[in-house]
Amino acid sequence: MKLKTLSLIVALVLTFGESGPQAFAAGKEIKLLNVSYDPTRELYEEINAAFAKQWKEKTGDTVVISQSHGGSGKQGRAIIDGLDADVVTLALAYDTDQLYKKGGLISKNWQLRLPDNSAPYTSTIIFVVRKGNPKNIKDWDDLVKPGVAIITPNPKTSGGARWNYLAAWAFGLKKFKGDEMQTQEFLKQIYKNVIVLDTGARGSTTTFVERGIGDVFLSWENEAFLAEKEIGKGTIEIIMPSLSILAEPPVAVVDQAAKKHGTAKVAKAYLEFLYSEAGQDIIGKNFYRPRSEAAAQKYAGQFAKTELVTIADFGGWDAAQKKHFSDGGIFDEIYLT
Amino acid sequence: MTNPTTSTAKLCTTRLTEPAWVRRVFIVIALAFLAFFLLLPVLTVLLSGLNKGFGFYFKVMAEKDAWAAIKLTLLAAAISVPLNVLFGLASAWAITKFDFWGKKALLTLIDLPFTVSPVISGLIFILLFGAQGAFGPWLREHDLKIIFAVPGIVLATLFVTFPFVARELIPLMQAQGTEEENAAVVLGANGWQTFFKVTLPNIKWGLLYGVILCNARAMGEFGAVSVVSGHIRGLTNTIPLHVEILYNEYQFTAAFAVASLLMLLALATLAVKSWVERQAKIAGSVEFAPKGH
Repeated sequence: MKLKTLSLIVALVLTFGESGPQAFAAGKEIKLLNVSYDPTRELYEEINAAFAKQWKEKTGDTVVISQSHGGSGKQGRAIIDGLDADVVTLALAYDTDQLYKKGGLISKNWQLRLPDNSAPYTSTIIFVVRKGNPKNIKDWDDLVKPGVAIITPNPKTSGGARWNYLAAWAFGLKKFKGDEMQTQEFLKQIYKNVIVLDTGARGSTTTFVERGIGDVFLSWENEAFLAEKEIGKGTIEIIMPSLSILAEPPVAVVDQAAKKHGTAKVAKAYLEFLYSEAGQDIIGKNFYRPRSEAAAQKYAGQFAKTELVTIADFGGWDAAQKKHFSDGGIFDEIYLT
Repeated sequence: MTNPTTSTAKLCTTRLTEPAWVRRVFIVIALAFLAFFLLLPVLTVLLSGLNKGFGFYFKVMAEKDAWAAIKLTLLAAAISVPLNVLFGLASAWAITKFDFWGKKALLTLIDLPFTVSPVISGLIFILLFGAQGAFGPWLREHDLKIIFAVPGIVLATLFVTFPFVARELIPLMQAQGTEEENAAVVLGANGWQTFFKVTLPNIKWGLLYGVILCNARAMGEFGAVSVVSGHIRGLTNTIPLHVEILYNEYQFTAAFAVASLLMLLALATLAVKSWVERQAKIAGSVEFAPKGH
């Protein structure tokens, strides 16, 4: 009996260890780890396959790209704690910035290394409501009505949730003609109506669409379209508010890790592939707003137009983070008091 | 020790004094509770997993990431269970058969993994072995990966399953006392002989019971493992984490199919557990009283 257990363990260890030497023997297998935020699972599945195919044709090498997904802030934290990412594709520049500030894992000017602020795709924040819009939710004002149950992730851990919050803030400022006190009160009322605060965007999506909780879900545009396609067909509607925010999720090579793994070249090519026409087409197909003219035109039909503010209107991520989301910031005041 | 027949008889007479309707109400409540909180979820998971037929069910299991998760889970259990058996035996032996300084502290420490939340159990390892942690720079220099890799998952599993064997053995060995061991020593047995010929046969059913519980937890642990996993598909996901990923990817049927694997494992564990209990009763180790976790 004891011998059996022992041989079982040995067998297990052997089968597990097998993948190591095998990969090494192939010699030309390159491993990349892309640490990303919640809603990009389906996008990168497609991108990875297309890029691996192209890279194989070009160089003969096999690239195996592993994915890790979760709330953007949480994922950034994990990389700082030692999650060995070659490439980061987080929800917002602030989280990537932390890799430089807290870990020194990436060069300071990382965002200037690729076009368009290193964001090969953009998205925006929209509302998802139940079929027929029974609570008649059209714009940010409607969220503060009594009895409206809101689903949004937590801005402390989720990138998408920070974009949600800032879009609401921009709307408040416009409505109250720049009065911050009134805007803060407005946001307080919105968050009073929030009934579930998940840690990541995908958690919120399943809460709203699959479990059927809440009247309105503040979501990434791409995530909303995907949810509609996957599970919500005919049960939910997407509403574009009169004002929203241009979300630019940036991508970057993690210099230290790529150098250590010898993957700097392929990691850079991988990110550049996102900007290629093939990459941009996959991006549009997955409901992200592409940067290239051709892809933008091809997919223009699926994206509603609205007034979009940008993070620059908040003085950049550092200023926005400090003012709104740091400990003791406005979000804490709104949510905790 | 009380005679079992008289105690049963006493129990019966007390029961008979209660009116029949009270008994029935209690039985119905208990059964309804069981059906609602145990049977219904088990059936839901199984049926949801088989939603798209057996072909799909097995396809999900054969999928690369699922198979990797199953292998990793088995590996984590295969390492942590034997180590915890070793530790459990050693500590229970030391605590119940000998008196030494710090015994109380050791007893309390064994319970620690039970009392802290699994999230904390995971964070402990991040604080120790994370890049910013105490040993982080040293590990990085020597290119050793613990956190967000297989060793971290094994460590976290080891930590949360730590008390199971020891906790099962300590009360049992305490109840048995040291007379038999003393007798063996007096008759000239050495330490190993005493252990293998006297102690081990006395505790074997309790030990097996502890192993079963330990194994069930090792395979099912979510919280602590989730913190140290890094969630890399095909590399650092265990079965419970893989279930979460599938669910989050809108692959509900696949998620429930993999979940049903854990469920079947739990049912198998329960079956083995009750078998062990029966064997223990037959073997007549009366002191062996499972505590029902």
